[in-house]
Amino acid sequence: MADELKPEGSPEPASKAPEEAKAAPPKPVAAKPAAPKAPPPPKPPAVMMSTPWEGDLPSRVKDTFGDGILESLTYLGQSFFVVKPEAVHTLIDYLKNEQGFDYLVDVTAVDWPKREARFDVIYVLYSFARNERIRIKTMVKDGEPVRSVVDLHLTADWLEREVFDMFGIEFAGHPALKRILMPDEWTGYPLRKDYGILQMDNRWVQENLGVESGQ
Amino acid sequence: MAQTFLDSTELVLNMGPQHPSTHGVLRVIVKLDGEKVTGTECVIGYLHRGVEKIAENRTWVQFAPYVDRMDYVAAVSNGLGYCLAVEKLQNVEAPPRAQVVRVILTELNRIASHLLWLGTHALDIGAITPLFYTMREREGVLTIYEKYCGARLTTHAFRIGGLQYELYEDFETDVKAFCDDFLPKVDEYEELLSTNRMWVDRLQGVGILTAADCKEYGVTGPMIRAAGVKWDLRKAQPYSGYEKYDFEIPTRENGDTYDRYIVRMQEMRQSVRIIRQAVDDIPSGPIMGKVPKVLKPPVGEAYVSIEAPKGELGYYVVSDGSLQPYRVRVRPPSFINLQSLDRMARGSLVADLVAIIGTIDIVLGEVDR
Repeated sequence: MADELKPEGSPEPASKAPEEAKAAPPKPVAAKPAAPKAPPPPKPPAVMMSTPWEGDLPSRVKDTFGDGILESLTYLGQSFFVVKPEAVHTLIDYLKNEQGFDYLVDVTAVDWPKREARFDVIYVLYSFARNERIRIKTMVKDGEPVRSVVDLHLTADWLEREVFDMFGIEFAGHPALKRILMPDEWTGYPLRKDYGILQMDNRWVQENLGVESGQ
Repeated sequence: MAQTFLDSTELVLNMGPQHPSTHGVLRVIVKLDGEKVTGTECVIGYLHRGVEKIAENRTWVQFAPYVDRMDYVAAVSNGLGYCLAVEKLQNVEAPPRAQVVRVILTELNRIASHLLWLGTHALDIGAITPLFYTMREREGVLTIYEKYCGARLTTHAFRIGGLQYELYEDFETDVKAFCDDFLPKVDEYEELLSTNRMWVDRLQGVGILTAADCKEYGVTGPMIRAAGVKWDLRKAQPYSGYEKYDFEIPTRENGDTYDRYIVRMQEMRQSVRIIRQAVDDIPSGPIMGKVPKVLKPPVGEAYVSIEAPKGELGYYVVSDGSLQPYRVRVRPPSFINLQSLDRMARGSLVADLVAIIGTIDIVLGEVDR
């Protein structure tokens, strides 16, 4: 429990739980070392208890892709694969053409600055025939490109541009990877965690809006 | 003979961002050959407010009113999607009474959103009259909202876990009166437009998007249904108790602007059907589920989507166990449907481009967020 005490033999500090939870979700929360004299410290956040996703689809995918698939999990009735970045394109291709996941719902990202592979890139897929929704999650380092899926789903065009615009994640093979919501000449990626909420590209603001600051 | 500028075959035009037919601040760069559109490019972001960034700097509860400002003509749907997503993460459900009230208000909102679309779309095509009629009927919905929660447009009607306010005394009567009053009005609009020669000529065969195109572009809502795909999240993956209600999913085959018009008209009728069933059977009981005062959803993530008036509206929410969302991603239907503009507009005339922008039913607040 005591995240500030960190006694010897503590499996991992609770403050790291959010990041760690992504990688190893079925971690039992009960493994708390005895913290003797300290006053009751704040409760650590409840951790996502995802369970392995069993079934026909995950076993087939694992058979086909082997090492590329790191995990297949279910949480709150929602299933997702955690995969290596290089497997994303072939997996989405396979799911589209062999398994009927013909609708790419969304592409988005989450920034975890403390982690070495800093970004989660998330693909939400849906199959009209099976009425089933799954997610694919992959982790990439800053500056490491992901292969674009525009050749499989045209809708990825704007979605990947938005992820690039907001996080600076590059998509290799995208036909026109440029900013979409922010101005083209803007510097910085607003949805990164190290980008402050009041921060802006002052040079751009001064040159284009003729004011000292937008605040 | 010397070449003049008249000889050039290609012309690049800017439509917007300040243009009455682009419904806000959409800028479309149009490449023209004579009057024929040979390509378009959308420039968006003029209304970008960084809603997803704001979410990370507010608490889960504080962020709820912000979602109303995205699709501001369907604020209630936005609120429902967000509440359902956080409830999923928190693993709570709104009590039955709250769910039924949510359905009624959301369906009223669908009607209001479609009415605004119909009025402005007709205005784009050149029919001024329907706008006044649709605004009049929309007023009925807004009045119910105003009486219920005090706001007309950005209502913030729902709370995470249920509702903030009990129904006012005459709620049922008002809703029933609106339904009785409204259905004949839909017939009236259809009488004005559906067989009107000019309306049909301007819409039929314009901006065709086939079912395959829709899937490729991720286009949802009335647009995919007009292309013949009988798919509606309220039926496919019911939420808030939609499985209890008896209603149809209207579809058409051609996927053109006229079919999308017909589908939306039918949807308004179906919404009335749902509202009537719901309002006759509002269970009693609490309106708020067991949600802690200090909301800290467990570490985890969830994607929840609903059938908003414009298509699939999804929320991907990530919690790190703290008071504030770690990430809120909105999957906006307008943004994704707008991407198909180029496919629909190529080969059409400039005047048709106006009809096509109208038929997508975009709200720039949601496109740019």
